[in-house]
Amino acid sequence: MPKYEGLLAETVMFEGDDGDVINAYMARPLGDGPFPGVIVVHHMPGWDEATKEITRRFAHHGYVAVVPNLHFREGADSSPDDAAAVSRAAGGVPDDRFIGDADGAASYLRKLPYFSGKLGMIGFCSGGRQTYLAAGRMDVLDAAVDCWGGRVIAQPEDLTEKQPVAPIDYTADITIPLLGIFGQDDGSPSPEQVDATEEILKEHGIDYEFHRYEGAGHGFFATDRPGFRPIQAKEAWGEVFKFFGANL
Amino acid sequence: MCTWIIEKAEMEGSAKGPDGWFKLAQANVYYDHPYDAPLDHALVIDFVKNPDKPEGRVAVEISAESAKRLIESIQTALETGEREHALG
Repeated sequence: MPKYEGLLAETVMFEGDDGDVINAYMARPLGDGPFPGVIVVHHMPGWDEATKEITRRFAHHGYVAVVPNLHFREGADSSPDDAAAVSRAAGGVPDDRFIGDADGAASYLRKLPYFSGKLGMIGFCSGGRQTYLAAGRMDVLDAAVDCWGGRVIAQPEDLTEKQPVAPIDYTADITIPLLGIFGQDDGSPSPEQVDATEEILKEHGIDYEFHRYEGAGHGFFATDRPGFRPIQAKEAWGEVFKFFGANL
Repeated sequence: MCTWIIEKAEMEGSAKGPDGWFKLAQANVYYDHPYDAPLDHALVIDFVKNPDKPEGRVAVEISAESAKRLIESIQTALETGEREHALG
């Protein structure tokens, strides 16, 4: 007899960076827990349906998952694409503000009676870059998954007032296990850039594992885009759940 | 990856959105993951009323090939206009 399954998904509000109240989408299994937590970091196009679907997927697998709306300040009552457009035109999400919002999400989770206390983060595309950054800068994470984050290694001309430090420069501060998921046909990060990141992780003795998928490009989890690669995505999702299962 | 690389062009003119016509301030152009179009990457043009506000935006997300055809069409239309109406 299969066990009873159920989950709850809803919008929640909490204090993010600088005490600003922002919204987030949270999904969790029904029941008393304890459930480990996952902060999901959306990509630049915004707090979209695909990212919320991923959040529910984690709940289905037994996690309390939350995806903060990193573009809330650019359009609290707007559609995610309009808010993302404003954020992009303004130079993207400031790194410090992202860290503040992620800390806010972690604090929110810690107050929930069904949260186990173990917390992971997973991010996609620009969210993968932000997750690498968080792995070095946040001290409340237990594991992190970077899915094809580009510009982890940045050229001087890539650095801006809002993204002033390359995530790779925080590598020495990473004290948690890191999982990387990459497509070999991706241009950003290219296989060479992934290799360069791996070398620096090795130099610093970081606990990491990278998985590279042949025949897959950027964002190959996205079921609504031509770049979706079902076989590689299934295998990579398996690695994600194995990794979080072992570390959270 | 998703980037925040963007080209901006000051605009003089109007655009029509769901709430009617509005005065244009700027066009933001970038090549990245689209929000709606079923493409891995798209050339996106945001015609905006105010670059700092989400309201007043007309957006298109088109393939790179479509964008190149659009450039040619704009170029041809402008050249025809210059000939026929002595523009420029």
